[in-house]
Amino acid sequence: MKAKFLIPLILFVILVIFLAIGLNRDPHEVPSPLINKPAPAFDIPQLAQPNQTFNPASMKGKVWILNVWASWCVACREEHPVLVELAKSQIAPVIGLDYKDRREDAMAMLAKQGNPYTLSAFDGNGRVGIDYGVYGVPETYVIDQAGIIRFKHIGPLTIDLLNQKIYPLIRELQKS
Amino acid sequence: MIPEIGHYALILALCIALIQGVLPLVGAHQGRREWLVLARPAAQTVFFLLAIAFLVLAWSFYVNDFSVLYVAEHSNSQLPVVYRLGAVWGGHEGSLLLWIFLLSTWTILVAQLSQALDEFMVARVIGVLGLVTSGLLLFVLTTSNPFMRLLPAAQDGRSLNPLLQDPGLVFHPPMLYMGYVGFSVAFAFAIASLLSGRLDAAWARWSRPWTTAAWVFLTLGIALGSWWAYYELGWGGWWFWDPVENASFIPWLVGTALLHSLAVTEKRGSFKSWTVLLAITAFSLSLLGTFLVRSGVLTSVHAFATDPRRGIFILIFLALVVGSSLTLYALRAPKSSSGSKFSASSRETFILLGNVFLVVSAGSVLLGTLYPLLIDALHLGKISVGPPYFNSVFVPIMIPLLVLMGIGPWTHWKKTDLLTVIKRLWLAGLVAVLAGITIPLIMGEFTWLAGLGFLLAFWVIASGCLQIARQAKIGKPTRSFMGMQVAHLGIAIFVIGVTMVGAYQEEKDVRMSAGETVAVGGYTIQLQGVNVAPGPNYQAMRGAFLLMKNGKVETTLYPEKRSYFSSTMPMTEAAIDAGLTRDIYVSLGEELADKSWAVRVYYKPFVDWIWGGCLLMAVGGVLAMSDKRYRMKLRRAS
Repeated sequence: MKAKFLIPLILFVILVIFLAIGLNRDPHEVPSPLINKPAPAFDIPQLAQPNQTFNPASMKGKVWILNVWASWCVACREEHPVLVELAKSQIAPVIGLDYKDRREDAMAMLAKQGNPYTLSAFDGNGRVGIDYGVYGVPETYVIDQAGIIRFKHIGPLTIDLLNQKIYPLIRELQKS
Repeated sequence: MIPEIGHYALILALCIALIQGVLPLVGAHQGRREWLVLARPAAQTVFFLLAIAFLVLAWSFYVNDFSVLYVAEHSNSQLPVVYRLGAVWGGHEGSLLLWIFLLSTWTILVAQLSQALDEFMVARVIGVLGLVTSGLLLFVLTTSNPFMRLLPAAQDGRSLNPLLQDPGLVFHPPMLYMGYVGFSVAFAFAIASLLSGRLDAAWARWSRPWTTAAWVFLTLGIALGSWWAYYELGWGGWWFWDPVENASFIPWLVGTALLHSLAVTEKRGSFKSWTVLLAITAFSLSLLGTFLVRSGVLTSVHAFATDPRRGIFILIFLALVVGSSLTLYALRAPKSSSGSKFSASSRETFILLGNVFLVVSAGSVLLGTLYPLLIDALHLGKISVGPPYFNSVFVPIMIPLLVLMGIGPWTHWKKTDLLTVIKRLWLAGLVAVLAGITIPLIMGEFTWLAGLGFLLAFWVIASGCLQIARQAKIGKPTRSFMGMQVAHLGIAIFVIGVTMVGAYQEEKDVRMSAGETVAVGGYTIQLQGVNVAPGPNYQAMRGAFLLMKNGKVETTLYPEKRSYFSSTMPMTEAAIDAGLTRDIYVSLGEELADKSWAVRVYYKPFVDWIWGGCLLMAVGGVLAMSDKRYRMKLRRAS
């Protein structure tokens, strides 16, 4: 076997190694500019009680979770049982942000599948979503007592993610 | 019940594809005829089963069966029927099913049209294709099953991404995939010849028409995609060096090199191991492209967040297919004879040089595409590589290639007197220089880059015309000769289009209210008004613009801004007045205060020549394939 005929194979092996490493890194996971910044303020109607509004300032002093969802989002349906689990643990209040949705559709979905949220704010035109840099639903934020965003996750939550990252983070934040 | 039939057909297809992949190869190795003969019926059965699966999925879309998860995610009861059918391949699972279905279509074509070939060779080729089919079917069944149920069924579907609600979706993916997947045939021929140890000119002769056919589809597929991006995305460009575009362009460049290299191997018996390597590489790059698009390792307009298991599966599959092929190559290729000798000034040399430029350009595009991934893997940060890199690296490599293209066809096999060639080409050189100087002046502004573009394009055109005229004097030119000339002419037309748009396009972003005008490229465009226009599954704001030249109204353009009911992202639907020498492109932006609108207007000279050139390349390919001499050769090969 002549060595030069091995060159393509060697090049390919190097390429595969890089591709394998690349697989474990998420190109979409651009470090969010919002991490360690104050959560953008808003004051919009609640989903269930349109005559009352929700304002993140009212959560001051508590560690809480903001979950962006919508009734039209299939990945949210996948995420739903995990959120129910999260709500059951009562570790922190879960506030929903119903993003670009129709009120009746959203209510129907919660009625059918169970409501894990302490309350949901209704962002029908997606204006609040722009401030938070939402580019895919669902997204989840952990916000501390001072209203600073400490963690952001794009895509459905998983039980593993709750146990390995979110619960420890919330406990640590609650200690301080 | 019906989706389960599709699911079952896929499982059965996997079983039969394994038989198709294993028994004929083992049979050919051990000389067992009773196993060899299984190749054709197995391939036919796989094709039949995949056709059933494909039709079942189409049916589920047609009847709006939202209990099928894939249908619920990509369709909607309000979606027009045509797009419901296009939506079959509008997502990951369905497009993979299309990939496999087309692979088995190529397989069955090889099986039916190769009656005259050596039966060991055919069995090996079908066997290799069977192994590839099995791997992909396993992938679909384990990670990307389009027949997965959603229980309870959704009330309505999420609908197809509005970007994809366009006739482009119906044609572009199947064309592109036909090309992509078609290189599997050249690959299978190459592997079969390595396995048999008969790395001779015969396999090049057999795989040539198949490679050309795949190349024609790939050319058309890429051109359609580019045209679609131009008129649908509303960005006004025709190529963005997006990773997914590159994933189809890299195999095209290597495929083009393969076409030329196969000619040398067939006619002269030279470059055998190089040609085999190109055949393996072209298909490997198609698989790599599938990996890049389907695993989500790169960010792109085409890629969406995906299941990590998919990436791992395709990577393992890629490693197995390409790794084993390259190992086989390293073992067997050194044994091939080196073929006949040729001098430094011969057609062989020119084709080899062209090959080197094509492969280097493919390598540079691949490097730029993978660079963000490499940097990220080395923990050096997140970067993206854009058009400035590609333009400054790719374009200079194309310059010598176009120079060679004017000379290469004049050279003879084995040895050519270059002085005679130069004597015959002085007129072409003169035409090229004149065109390079005068056309920019006619267009109003001389730039060196534009001058160079026209010089090279007219060099190729003039050289081609001279040669056709010379050939016609000797006798009727063969189809394969004309095919080569037409394809090269297509490249020149393409270069003219690119040069014109690059140097002389005008773009204006203005704020307009009814009655106001904007001037672009010698035309005046006046906004008449913006009205509400309802569509089947969207509500649109439609602008009416008068297109005027010298005070005379030529036509009215109606660009739209659409809000689809199922999506909240507004879509721009540009209006284009297309013409042979220019396109006028109007797109409607946001509504501003006091009833005025943001409007973007482009004047794009000769932009349609870009796609016209691609079409000519494809016509050239078809002409070359249909050469009579060729069909006789195919028959003689038995």
